[in-house]
Amino acid sequence: MTKLVELTDVGLTAENTVILERISFALHRGEILTLVGPNGAGKSSLVKLVLKLKVATAGTLWRKSGLRIGYVPQKLHLDPVLPLTVARFLSLAHGRRITVARALAMVGAERLAERAMQALSGGEMQRVLLARALMMEPELLILDEPAQGVDVHGQTELYALIKQISDQLNCGVLMVSHDLHLVMASTHQVICLNQHICCHGEPEHVARHPEFARLFGRPELAQLAVYTHHHDCDDEHHGDVRHVG
Amino acid sequence: MWDSFLLYGLLAGIGIAALAGPLGSFVVWRRMAYFGDTLAHSSLLGVALGLLLQIDLTLAVLVACLILGIMLAALQRSSWLANDTLLGILAHTALSLGLVALAFMDNVRVDLMSYLFGDLLAIQPMDLYWIYGGGLLLLLVLRRYWSQLLSITVSEELARVEGVRVEALKLLLLLMISVLIAVAMKFVGALIITSLLIIPAATARRFSRTPEQMALYAIGLGVLSVLGGLQLSISHDTPAGPSVVVSAASLFLISQLLPKKG
Repeated sequence: MTKLVELTDVGLTAENTVILERISFALHRGEILTLVGPNGAGKSSLVKLVLKLKVATAGTLWRKSGLRIGYVPQKLHLDPVLPLTVARFLSLAHGRRITVARALAMVGAERLAERAMQALSGGEMQRVLLARALMMEPELLILDEPAQGVDVHGQTELYALIKQISDQLNCGVLMVSHDLHLVMASTHQVICLNQHICCHGEPEHVARHPEFARLFGRPELAQLAVYTHHHDCDDEHHGDVRHVG
Repeated sequence: MWDSFLLYGLLAGIGIAALAGPLGSFVVWRRMAYFGDTLAHSSLLGVALGLLLQIDLTLAVLVACLILGIMLAALQRSSWLANDTLLGILAHTALSLGLVALAFMDNVRVDLMSYLFGDLLAIQPMDLYWIYGGGLLLLLVLRRYWSQLLSITVSEELARVEGVRVEALKLLLLLMISVLIAVAMKFVGALIITSLLIIPAATARRFSRTPEQMALYAIGLGVLSVLGGLQLSISHDTPAGPSVVVSAASLFLISQLLPKKG
């Protein structure tokens, strides 16, 4: 498997506040990695580091040279004063490698081509943003809360679509999600983040990890865990936790 | 009744409208109206400097606009002041500095009104070279970077991830607007030039489904405004610049009564 990105002890500090510390993980082609964590855990910041929209203040971040990244932002603020159809929006992709029609077909949104961007529903918008990310045939697809503003049924569909696209393009996927249980079926690895990596492993194991339960305020889940670790999250390195998974 | 000086004025107005359509659309899309105002106000400082150093006034205005534009871009990144406050400080300081500097020049008689509100009669063939030469260059650059400029307008983040050089393009847009203001100042004047950028574009929005349509319609509406304004100016002896703005605003009002598209 081709390695796409690798983070080693990466940290981010802004105005004396620690946003992220000691983050280490690697992502390969064909792999889906999901970041979960509470609000303010630094999930979006971590995504922005990988995108090089932010610069790490510690550690090293390696990216395969010439890596083609497709990015689906959390939200797109579109001023109503800018008239824009879906097809025109997609054709703006810099360095595009596939046609607008093909990108729309991949996300099952062919019928939206001539619609105004401002007239899209939450679910339609997410599909269009995903299509934009596919325009450059990404080797790595990065999605920040792709299911925001989408109903539960639509969310399940969207995650299935992301999995299908990852298989089809054999690309790596790094995504942020607020609900682990919805993405469980379509992710290979999960990182539970709260400024540092609390736990890292396959989704079933992270879901049963006591740190995950504590962070998400569901202590009853911890009771289900096969192994219960009563150590402080702060002293943990994700390498230690992996044996759980 | 169209004398040759009127023909110059007409040609100048049409040339400016052709540039103001697409560039004005960006001003509207990117919420840069106040920004354009600030650049325009600084052009009076350019006039003062031009007279002081005895260089070509259009060139002096261009240089003043460019310097202020670059200063603005730098200040925006480092200042703790809100953008509109910063723009307000720079706009009125530049304007006042220009007025004060002009007052100091005893030996120069300047028709201030013509710089503030434009003077159609002052358009010379030389100005037409500026407008059409500079304009052609602007349109070529705009055409070359159109999609990338649109992309950073829709989402700077997406554009940056896709490898678009966002900062360079923002500066380019700023410089293009500066050039337009410098060449158009003689025609519409420093105080009202921004309106020629934003009113036709705002009017065009109602009838457009794509950005390209909006830019083209804005050109058409700008040309109509120039024709209407000049007609008003000739028949009722009103100042040309403000007449053009009044006719643009009338078109805007009428358009509000028509059904919206897209």
